[in-house]
Amino acid sequence: MTNVLVFAETRGGELRKIAFESVTAARKLADATGGGEVHALIAGAPGIGAKASQLGTYGADVVLVAESADFANFARESIAATIAERAKAGAYRAIVLGFSAQGRDLGPRVAAKLDAPIASDVTEISASGDTLTVKHPGYANKVILTLVIAGSPVVLSIRPSAFTATESAKPARTENITAVPAGGPTVTVVEVKEGAKGRPDLGDAPIIISGGRGLKVAENFKLVEDLADAFGNAAVGATRAVTDEGWRPHSDQIGQTGRQVSPQLYVALGISGAIQHIAGMRTSKTIVAINKDKEAPIFKVADYGIVGDVLEVVPALTAAVREARKGH
Amino acid sequence: MKRTPDSESRFKIAASGTAIDETGLKFDMDDFAGFAVEAALQLNEKAGGGETVVYALGPDNVHETLRKAMSMGVDRAVHLKVDKIPADGLAIAKALAAELKDGGYDLVLFGKHAFDSSAGVVGTATAELLGMACVTAASQLSVENGKGTARRELEGSAEILSFSLPAVVTIDEGIARPRYPSLKGIMGAKKKPLESKPAQLGPVRVTVQKEELPPERPAGRIIGEGVAAIPELVKLLQNEAKVL
Repeated sequence: MTNVLVFAETRGGELRKIAFESVTAARKLADATGGGEVHALIAGAPGIGAKASQLGTYGADVVLVAESADFANFARESIAATIAERAKAGAYRAIVLGFSAQGRDLGPRVAAKLDAPIASDVTEISASGDTLTVKHPGYANKVILTLVIAGSPVVLSIRPSAFTATESAKPARTENITAVPAGGPTVTVVEVKEGAKGRPDLGDAPIIISGGRGLKVAENFKLVEDLADAFGNAAVGATRAVTDEGWRPHSDQIGQTGRQVSPQLYVALGISGAIQHIAGMRTSKTIVAINKDKEAPIFKVADYGIVGDVLEVVPALTAAVREARKGH
Repeated sequence: MKRTPDSESRFKIAASGTAIDETGLKFDMDDFAGFAVEAALQLNEKAGGGETVVYALGPDNVHETLRKAMSMGVDRAVHLKVDKIPADGLAIAKALAAELKDGGYDLVLFGKHAFDSSAGVVGTATAELLGMACVTAASQLSVENGKGTARRELEGSAEILSFSLPAVVTIDEGIARPRYPSLKGIMGAKKKPLESKPAQLGPVRVTVQKEELPPERPAGRIIGEGVAAIPELVKLLQNEAKVL
């Protein structure tokens, strides 16, 4: 029987989707190794403890609340120290966090502090006796690696959307723990630049509408936005060509060197389907492509392809989606 | 920095089942390492002086990649020699921390991750082992009057960070496109110093049991042409994909 420690990620005082996915992954691991406890650590500004019960819903037995004014702006060194101190005190089998902007930063710090082996961007976890085995897509999702990790504890950062958050309600006990200060030099957050409001993040969105060079000029990106609005809960992505042109910020780029996404629906508008782009979206559940060149490689991966000029087809599709969603 | 195969390659799994088949693959400086080398060169050019040193851990074949960095303008190279690069990022970070513990530099740059392992552990873990400030995955970086400023993309927002030197920064896309080496650079690189020594790897606790290709997507299907195909698409999204 082994306990698992989870970092339950928050932003702006709210738990993120990856927090529930992390608790779900930890619950599965604890159950697979004989039914240990899941301890979810939530770090935030004073008041964050009010979110604790949400973690119980997904299977946390204990919620550890660390409150500190610094945590509102992701005081990474102190959060890593708080996780590591708790991990040392608790004899955990694993520390689970998300392979998100926060988790990519915290995971290696915690692993180094604990001298614990780490596996990143994990999509499956299995345990057998003392051996922990994980799957991790490497080579920009073109090769799946199965890794065996020796020792205990281990640090695992899980790929967003790879583990579906599943309710498994526990009456979670809440315990307040002390925020541990950074032990060395720190970075200072000067400013947080908020992105476009009202849209989900690419990693969280069930639907992504993405535009490429086929839109011809920056102004036509509005067609992509309009279709996203018609779906209601869609994020907007772009190809590297588009972000290089400056039509969209680099943070919107989907592909090998950008974001790697797996939404329920991915709609590629005016995207030819360069191998680097496909590497970032090939794990999407359903792919739609609209492109005027019927030989474009995007049609090799598109479940539903339409050959046509995006400037004509997309406005008509937007109208049809609005019509279909009437009453939603 | 790391030497990785051309990302546009079609990969096959080697007979061992634990590695890719390297036959016929082209290897080069990893994309993110290239951004880091370019960022380092630009920072030193702007500051007007200062030495740029490149480190790589791997077998002897990494010499070619180190020479490439020197042909871009890096002053000298250090090769930390291992027979095989382990899948354990912390073991590698320990080798780098052992090498860098005596200081003598203002900034240590890494790619935010390498194409092959796609793990993003080594840079940030090295910073932690060295007890240095670290920005993970910076998309902008500048240094002025001994202070660094970096931008880091979060999901849907970004943070601007300030830090004192020395520091570690891992480099995301968007910073700088690596320059092409000039002929003069290539000739000059042959004479620049390349030191090779054994890497002091930490214990390797993460190992590859299997590598496999992901399941293929079903073959794509074109459902029609132009605006006329939209009713069919809407029907499929409603009844088959169930997303509308």
